[in-house]
Amino acid sequence: MTENPLVSLAADLLSGQIRVVDLTQTLSSAFPQIVLPPEFGQCWPFRIEEVSRYDERGSAWYWNNFSCGEHTGTHFDAPIHWVSGRDLPNNATDTLPVQHLVGAACVIDCSAEAAADPDFLLTANHLQRWEAVHGRIPPRSWVLMRTDWSKRSDPVAYQNYDETGQHTPGPATDVVRFLIDERDVVGFGSESIGTDAGQGYHLKPPYPCHYYMHGAGRYGLQCLTNLDLLPPTGALLFCAPLKIKNGSGSPIRALALVRGEDHKGG
Amino acid sequence: MIPPLLRPKRKNPILRTRLPLLPPSSRSRAALGLTAAAALGRFELQVCGSCGIVQYPPREVCHGCLSGALHWREQSGSGELISTTTVHLSQDPYFRERVPWRLGMVRLDVGPTVIVHLHVGCAPVPSRVRVGACLDKSGQGVLMAFPIDEVPNMADDTQLREMTCDPKFRKVLVTDGKTDVGQAIVRGLIAAGADLVWVGYAEPWKKIPGFAALAALPQVALLPLDLSDSRSVKEMAGEIGGKVDILINSAEVHRAQGIASRSGIEAARAEMDINYFGLLRLAQEFGPVMRSRAADGQSSATAWVNLLSIYALCNYPSHGTFSASKAAALSLSQCLRAEMRAGGVRVINVFPGPIDDEWNQTLPPPKLTPEALAKAIVNALKDGVEDIYPGDVAQEWLARWEESPKTLEREVSV
Amino acid sequence: MGAVSEPRLTTSGNSRDYRDVVLVAPITVPYVRYSIRSAHWFVAHALARLLKESNLNKADIDGLSLGSFTLAPDTAIGLTQHLGITVRWLDHVPLGGACGIVALRRALRAVQAGDAEVVACIGADTNHVDSFRQSLGSFSVFARDAVFPYGSGGPNASFAFLTSYYMRTFGATREDFGKICVAQRDNALGYPHAMFKKRLTLEEYLGARLIADPIRLFDCVMPCAGAEAFLVMTRQRAEALGLPYAIVRATCERHNAFPDDPIQIRGGWVLDRDHLYSAAGLEPADIDFVETYDDYPVMSMIQIEDLGFCEKGEGPAFIRRHSLTTDGTFPINTSGGQLSAGQAGCAAGFLGLVESIRQLTDRNLARRVPEARFGIAVGFGMITYDRGLCSGAAILSRAAV
Repeated sequence: MTENPLVSLAADLLSGQIRVVDLTQTLSSAFPQIVLPPEFGQCWPFRIEEVSRYDERGSAWYWNNFSCGEHTGTHFDAPIHWVSGRDLPNNATDTLPVQHLVGAACVIDCSAEAAADPDFLLTANHLQRWEAVHGRIPPRSWVLMRTDWSKRSDPVAYQNYDETGQHTPGPATDVVRFLIDERDVVGFGSESIGTDAGQGYHLKPPYPCHYYMHGAGRYGLQCLTNLDLLPPTGALLFCAPLKIKNGSGSPIRALALVRGEDHKGG
Repeated sequence: MIPPLLRPKRKNPILRTRLPLLPPSSRSRAALGLTAAAALGRFELQVCGSCGIVQYPPREVCHGCLSGALHWREQSGSGELISTTTVHLSQDPYFRERVPWRLGMVRLDVGPTVIVHLHVGCAPVPSRVRVGACLDKSGQGVLMAFPIDEVPNMADDTQLREMTCDPKFRKVLVTDGKTDVGQAIVRGLIAAGADLVWVGYAEPWKKIPGFAALAALPQVALLPLDLSDSRSVKEMAGEIGGKVDILINSAEVHRAQGIASRSGIEAARAEMDINYFGLLRLAQEFGPVMRSRAADGQSSATAWVNLLSIYALCNYPSHGTFSASKAAALSLSQCLRAEMRAGGVRVINVFPGPIDDEWNQTLPPPKLTPEALAKAIVNALKDGVEDIYPGDVAQEWLARWEESPKTLEREVSV
Repeated sequence: MGAVSEPRLTTSGNSRDYRDVVLVAPITVPYVRYSIRSAHWFVAHALARLLKESNLNKADIDGLSLGSFTLAPDTAIGLTQHLGITVRWLDHVPLGGACGIVALRRALRAVQAGDAEVVACIGADTNHVDSFRQSLGSFSVFARDAVFPYGSGGPNASFAFLTSYYMRTFGATREDFGKICVAQRDNALGYPHAMFKKRLTLEEYLGARLIADPIRLFDCVMPCAGAEAFLVMTRQRAEALGLPYAIVRATCERHNAFPDDPIQIRGGWVLDRDHLYSAAGLEPADIDFVETYDDYPVMSMIQIEDLGFCEKGEGPAFIRRHSLTTDGTFPINTSGGQLSAGQAGCAAGFLGLVESIRQLTDRNLARRVPEARFGIAVGFGMITYDRGLCSGAAILSRAAV
């Protein structure tokens, strides 16, 4: 009888040999929201209205109603979100294979480069230099671009707008194509408000990460945090969106399992 | 010589706040015609359509010929002050707190003898005066005799100040001070002598021209405030609500669309969330505390201003969802007015025509400049009126609507 | 302007006289500052005293005229069941200071015409701690719309306007008004039911607390609870009952006189005084005492002018010339008037009539006017907006003259 690895995983979780890391920003009305030009439809920011709080509206209970967009806070993008993925099979949050929602995570540390240049673009060259140190990116894994952008707690700095638009780091066109064509990744994740760079509109094609990833039936994760607590390889990522009928994405609780010795920070 | 108003001393924090009382507010329906005109800044009396006699006090039929054809007509108010007194003992708690209170008896040139509040600048009897109508602290129309010529510090007469909402030495919250209109309102208030203006702004990452310069003014305090966020409104009310004397709700979302011109309700919902629900959130969080401070010394809480639109009266189809959201806000503001009247806080509704801003870019002139709108709002506060319709377009719409709402509805739908 | 009818400046002078109808049984229910009783209690006690004074039974009363402001929600009809009386003539006269004269005029004609045999005329009001303020706010539509919101000073403010105007126009001084008040206080000291029991000096009057300038404390009446009443019956009935009676020589009544006067400086008596005296067969010089309606001293002065004792504007000179106490050259308000006796609501409209009947039947409670044969009782009141709308007067005489 072969050992069930899940049983030992459960035991390791109890003992602390396997740690759970929260990669999720807190959902509150203070968290910055993607803003499109005023002529376009807007994604709702997170808003919450109290229903009752042990009061005349309900004596023994406290609960709220909340509202937000599918792409509010730490969230998941499904292929149907982009025009290039609109006709693919199983491309919505309720139809995509759940097998894809747990996978190995490769964390690419670009924090120094992003600190020096908010418009930093991760290129294929940069990625290959990472592979030279940490090994080849496995197929069907998640590539997470660590920039420490999530440490910007001031919403103005997090959005980082000026008269020419938003300035946040992201992937260059070549690395996106490389990750899909050469490494068969399942998805790309970032700490900033989009998987594409803030100036991604000016790349060719515009928003290449959305365009190519979703066009290839792959996924995106945004507004991740605590990527600095993960090892470059060896973490297991859980990122399941809500099962919304025909949904293009949803806020998620992004979690990672890491070995105790790999866990950075306390 | 009217002594000028001085900046009040800091309030002693351990003393109980004086609660608001109101002067007698009961009026017959006929007398409410005087209130309705005063709410618009006009002094009107009933004039008999048959024999021309001017009536006062207001009544059901002409006291000359018994005709029921009595029409409210604007009056110049000129007359002779024939007697005065100063009340030292009053039967009413509101006046009891405010004696001595000056009164006059004026024989109007058009006939009736009227009892009036007496402005301190009026010359002793016998003298010529000008009678005008104001809204008193309970929001009802009353008559006041003013001197014929302007005297210095006219607005500082203590009895008149009970009836107006002058921003001088007061603290004001402008809920959106970022837009051109918001910035103009802030500057207008500072020019009118406001001590402090909290400038509300949402979406801090959006840089708007002129805002940095505004924020640098000494009277300005920036206040992050998002009317779509109940938490934000509640927190800001907790922080400053107890100090706000005048609240100007200038925040709005405006899209130039009707029903068929855009699919989905998302933009219309954004309009309702700010234009209607934003008002509701503000009213719930700021209303009660302002009401309780309506008699809090010289710089008391005194007014709530809503920036509506002339389209609140009659829907303008090419801005149809915006019009509907303003109509909803208008109805809610009437509810707010009823609730705030109990405390003596005036709710002022502003109904501009199209403003010269980005969302009215394609409309031809005449359009209202932000500066003209700001000036109209400051004047409304100084006069203590309830409804203003600034600008030529608003005035014309109002005239057409008052004459026949159905005809205007047809005129604006192509 | 338009079709406005001119006011009639003279009466026709064709009213019937009042021979064979007389006034008996003047009674007072003593005044108290505040009472927890309702007005009904005071009406009931007035009726009881009338019966005691006249030796009649309740069943003998077949007419009731009631003047009261504080009966609400009842009117006179409710009192019939409350008091257990069955009447064939009923009147409710809420006319304040004029209700005595008006009730008198109605009752006289009722008895004269045979519509009733014995009419009880009662003025009664209670006074709770908040009665005065409440009544001001709802006194009339015009007061509520156009007076009360202006300082809520009540009639004190209204008469301050009037007094100030009168002083400026005719040169009356505060000392002139003070003389009236001091004299009436002297008269009150001889009247057991007066609310005020202390002498008043001119200095106290002049230096009193300011109410609404120029009105000061002693220009104002003290509202209280109480009742005044008398019976109206035929002369034959009175003589059969052995009751002393007073005769009514003439009466008058006018409402909303001089509506175009910018401010009130005269009342309806100007229109009616000639008929009043000619119907009575008398001249002003024949009158031995005047019970003015003295809600404010300026009104006493105006009534003296308007009833022909001097020209308009000569009131101050007249007052300075005369002594106004009961033993003086021109007795005014011989029991102190309401300024010193107190104002028990509508009872104040009866105060002068009741005192007149007492003086003319030698049933004085106050000091007697020596050899009094003719007296005038005046009614005035109902300031529904800026002036007293009602005016009235009655010239009374002794039984045997």
